Amino acid sequence: MKNKIGRIFADGYLGLILALMYLPIFLIIVFSFSGSSRFSFADGFTFNSYKAIFTSGAQSANLLSALKYTLILAVSASVISTVLGTFSTIGIYYLGRKVKKITLTVNQLPMINSEVVMAVSLMVFFAAFSFIFPQGMTRLIISHVAFCTPYVVLSILPRLQQMDPNMYEAALDLGSSPLAAIFKVVIPFLTPGIVSGFAMAFTLSLDDFIITQFNKGDTGIETLSTYIYEDARVKSLEPFWFAVFSIFFVVILTLLLLINIRKNKKEAAK
Amino acid sequence: MRKVKFRFSRKAFAYPYMIFLLLFVVVPLVIVLINAFLGDDGKLTFDNFIEFFSDASGGLTVLGNSLIIGLVTTLICLVIGYPVAYFLAKYHASSKIFVLLFILPMWVNFLIRTLSTKAIFMALDIKLGMGTIMFGMVYNYLPYMILPLHTTLVSIDHSYIEAAEDLGADRFTVLWKTVLPLSLSGIVSGVTMTFIPAISTFAISEILSSSKIFLFGDSINMYFSKATNSLGVGSVMSFVMLIIVIIANVLMSLTEKKEEVKSAL
Repeated sequence: MKNKIGRIFADGYLGLILALMYLPIFLIIVFSFSGSSRFSFADGFTFNSYKAIFTSGAQSANLLSALKYTLILAVSASVISTVLGTFSTIGIYYLGRKVKKITLTVNQLPMINSEVVMAVSLMVFFAAFSFIFPQGMTRLIISHVAFCTPYVVLSILPRLQQMDPNMYEAALDLGSSPLAAIFKVVIPFLTPGIVSGFAMAFTLSLDDFIITQFNKGDTGIETLSTYIYEDARVKSLEPFWFAVFSIFFVVILTLLLLINIRKNKKEAAK
Repeated sequence: MRKVKFRFSRKAFAYPYMIFLLLFVVVPLVIVLINAFLGDDGKLTFDNFIEFFSDASGGLTVLGNSLIIGLVTTLICLVIGYPVAYFLAKYHASSKIFVLLFILPMWVNFLIRTLSTKAIFMALDIKLGMGTIMFGMVYNYLPYMILPLHTTLVSIDHSYIEAAEDLGADRFTVLWKTVLPLSLSGIVSGVTMTFIPAISTFAISEILSSSKIFLFGDSINMYFSKATNSLGVGSVMSFVMLIIVIIANVLMSLTEKKEEVKSAL
């Protein structure tokens, strides 16, 4: 009996916190159909906010261009950091103890450091060497690779540690060249780690605001998050943004839920 | 002979990334640190530190405010988040999706979440200020507190708890003397994951106070922006921030078993 009360209390508490966490999201989605930003259905149920995404002139164009840059940046940064991360993890694994430790510590720096400090340091660095690093995508891709690759390395390393070292040696004994052994034996074994590292890098890059904001320069490049910041920070939130945010919420939350449900099912099947 | 050659070639895969890290992680930080000791004329000086610590431009006050807000945010997150993580581990350990629901919001861009809460506050006619900032911060960082706590709490060997019960401890004593100490590493990493971004956050306080209240991250941003362009003081502030980060992480590595918290998702 006592346990049952405890459980009811626990579930009530969990439900309350969950409700609070999702309330803002829920309200935005509901009132994205009101066509206004006053949180009332005075004008009735409409899709006007969603139509406004495509019919707001300059705003629509800016949003589209921000979406384009966000995707270009996320794809290039995550591909580069996955390739870089994969090979360097294999390399790091075979480094001497001391050098390995130092490399892994430095690798952790972008993860533990405050984002503002990392963003500022890259900004000052690029400014100092501006003749090598032109403003714009070059700087953005480098800085995104810099904060994504550590996560790729750390998602592949545990997998590599699980690998039987004899697998590589066996490939060599069977006459494979070292490079072929890496591509045909080691990398296929690492694939689950590589995939989750890639997904991580892609999400992090997509989600980034601070580092992009400091390093975008004044070439007019905006990503979704910097454009949202420029446009919605000063004014109050227009109905247009209600619709955009709702799409975001629904896409991201369902995508992550589906991925995780699938992952759980796979684990359960094992 | 053959083997030695291969060892070398595999190690070499790490070299490009080591150069990359040196170039784009270490060197930029060193430049910021050097900037902290350079005056406007480019000479070695402690003026920036004097300017910051004498509070001439209000930097120290901002640091103080940020530390207080960061501390309160972290505390509230811990007080709200610990029961969440504990109940989840106790009653819903097998339901990963339920746990996931608590973590998911952190993958929605924080600007979107913050602007949404602002819109709601404004619709409700709630005055933007310290209260709304605190709400926004807790709302934002709660998942970062719950995740590491939950990871540690589910990994606690249940036999410890049973042993404590068998030895006559009541529920409260079990919680206080067994579960809590065993979850210390989770508490420390949850506190770090909340505290560091909370004190250095940029934009949350600006949005939720209509630019009235500035925190450390906002002022670092301000010092480095074109309008002010006072790199020296900004660099001192980055330096201070870096020291706080290092202290937090030393504390963490002392208690933690090095779990990869963020990649747990």
